[in-house]
Amino acid sequence: MSIAFYPLALLTLAGGLAAVTLKNTVHCALALTVAFAGLALLFLTLDAQFAGFAQILVYVGAVAILVVFAILLTRGHEIPVDGVFSKTWIVGLIIAAGVFAVLGWAVLASGNALPNASATPAVTVHDIGDALVGRYVLPLEIVALLLTAATIGAVMVALHEKGGVKQ
Amino acid sequence: MTPLASYLVVAALLFAIGLAGALTRRNAILVLIGIELMLNAANLNLIAFWRYGPNPEALTGMMFAIFSIAVAAAEAAVGLGLVIAIYRSTNTTDLDQINRMKG
Repeated sequence: MSIAFYPLALLTLAGGLAAVTLKNTVHCALALTVAFAGLALLFLTLDAQFAGFAQILVYVGAVAILVVFAILLTRGHEIPVDGVFSKTWIVGLIIAAGVFAVLGWAVLASGNALPNASATPAVTVHDIGDALVGRYVLPLEIVALLLTAATIGAVMVALHEKGGVKQ
Repeated sequence: MTPLASYLVVAALLFAIGLAGALTRRNAILVLIGIELMLNAANLNLIAFWRYGPNPEALTGMMFAIFSIAVAAAEAAVGLGLVIAIYRSTNTTDLDQINRMKG
């Protein structure tokens, strides 16, 4: 494990925490971008270069921009007067803490049973491309279809008005 | 603590943060942000298991993470489209006010 793990993990967790606690929604979107970038760097420390750069392209490049657009289109940047947290926030917090307790217990209790291969995997982007159009070509086609359907569906849903489809 | 265990603990913490955000925030867009954080925590788990597990040359965990990123992008597009559609009809994204179907 590289020494870069601790600052990157701290950056990612701080970004995630800021993204769900800040009052101003635009600041939340910026903190979310920091968390996504930190995760991409964590992928790089795990020798997963392709996944790291895909994370930057898809999340930092596309999803974060989409979130900012949605915030501005829905006037979400105006801070509500009666607080940003739901009335039942304490229940949500208890559920999240319980889930973390179970996950943390499961990880720590497994201890030495976890796999611990130390050799850097000899995998290049060339191998990933080969696998994508070889063994995994059917999932790739299905994802292409899903992305097309999702894009058309998102446009149709967002276009629809009370009196019918907007011209 | 082994390297894999530290990555898993970070992913569990990120998942819990995302879950807390999705369950406690009132703004629908912030709920979607919480869901994105949970999906990313799962991706971190997949990549960590791929790196430290046996036989990484098979690329199974890596492929799972790549497809998960693609599906999450589609989910974000549809989710934000739905939030905008709801905002058009109710003029709010506050989930506590969207209670038309409450019994």
